[in-house]
Parts: sequence; C-alpha cells; structure tokens
Amino acid sequence: MHYPRHEFPIKEMDFVRAGEASLQVKKILREMKAENDLVRRATIACYEAEINAVVYGRDGVMSLEVDDEGIYIYVEDKGDGIPDIEQAMMEGFSTATEEIREMGFGAGMGLPNIMKNADEFTISSAVGEGTRLKIIFRSGWTTEEA
Amino acid sequence: MIKSNSESGTSLRHVVKILNAEVLTGEEPLDQTVQHVECTDLMSQVLAFIKSGNLLLTGLTNIQVVNTADISGLIGVVFVRGRSPSKEVIAKAKEVGLPLFLTSYSMYEAAGHLYLNGLPGSTE
Repeated sequence: MHYPRHEFPIKEMDFVRAGEASLQVKKILREMKAENDLVRRATIACYEAEINAVVYGRDGVMSLEVDDEGIYIYVEDKGDGIPDIEQAMMEGFSTATEEIREMGFGAGMGLPNIMKNADEFTISSAVGEGTRLKIIFRSGWTTEEA
Repeated sequence: MIKSNSESGTSLRHVVKILNAEVLTGEEPLDQTVQHVECTDLMSQVLAFIKSGNLLLTGLTNIQVVNTADISGLIGVVFVRGRSPSKEVIAKAKEVGLPLFLTSYSMYEAAGHLYLNGLPGSTE
C-alpha cells in the first residue's frame, strides 16, 4: 500500500495560524480511519511540537509519513536550537516569554507531553542550526480500513 | 441543590441555564452530556491532563483555546467574566463544531454554580 507524504509549513510567531498543520494531520488521519485515541494522541503531539516551532523555530516544516507499521511525524525548524536537551525535557523547564505564557503556553510541559503521547520520540538539536523531532505512533494503528 | 445528575452528567443545555450563558456558536443541539469540568488558563494543562469529553472554563479568548479544545476533544468551552472572543475565534469554533459559551460569572463563581448542580471535577 502506498501512502503519500505530506508537508506543512510552520511560520515563526504566527499565532493566528499556529495549529493549522496539526489540524491538517488530524484530518488526514481521520480520513485514513485511524482510531479516535490514536488520532487524539498524534494530534496533541503535533500541536505541542507545532507551538514550539512557532515560538522558537524561525519557520519550520511538519511532515507526515505513514506506512503499514505506523505513523511518522517529523517537525524540523531553523531556530536557535536547544543547548541542553535533557534540561528541556524536564517538566516545568521553559524559556518562554511573557507573551507566550499569556497565550496559555510556555509552562515547560510541551516536550514531556509529546513523549507521553508518542510510542517513540527522538529529538536532536544543534545550537544555531535548529531542532528536529521524530514522533512515531504504532499502537492502535491498523491499515485494514485504510 | 440539584444533585440527581451527578452520576450521569449534565447536558450542555443545562449548563447554559446554570451559568445564564450566551451560546456564541449559534444554534447547537446542546444535547451532549458533560461529565467533568476543568478550569484553567493554561492550555498546556488541557493538552497534558484533560480527558476528552470535558467542559473547559477559561478566561483566555485567543484562537489557540479553540485549537486546544478541538485537538483535546473537549465538549465545549465557557468563557468567564463576560470576556468574549473575537468573531474569528467564534468562526473557527463553528467550523470545527465546538460549542462556545459566554458567562458573566467569574471562573470561581461559574465553577461553584456547576459544582453545586452536581458536576464533579475530574479527580472525583
């Protein structure tokens, strides 16, 4: 079975359109008849990653790939990068500005929540170059309906 | 105090009545049942902890509240203290089928009224 690859641009500090890429992913997964819990987990993880890319990423791209084994989401940005990933993964650690916090984000909960929802999660980052997330979902994924 | 609904939840229509709320998203069936209510201005908290099917009370009115509620599968959002979101936010909610409500009660008062009417929090 062949599945197309999808790419969605993420624009820096665009808080009006933030979330659109994740909602596209949600729509595609629904059309593939993925089960509700899987769609919810995947979309929450995408949205957390998308908000991060909007805030810190200086433009980025979210890509969605699907095969018979799972759903693969990549979020890449060209931001400042993360100097200490271990620290960034700690719940409560945040470098968010007041503006971000006023929107209801920036509590240092995003990356841990991606980890919680994903079946596999890897993050790599280079200071001055950007950050790359790979988020994989396998459990609950069945292609019988697709 | 009406406590008879505590086991089976309360309809959105009843919530509207309790909070003397305005339905911002227009004609909705409002038959869905609210099981639990959450109060927060922190969308990260909604994304991390709140189960689908819950009703959110919040003081924030930006478009990310609608995205967060939609993505988390919430049953609806109540904006407190009479602070209404923009028409773009309301349009977005209509598009995704998320009912929005506006009450003049503060978060504390709105939560209190719902609690007294038998709607529990999610840790109960």
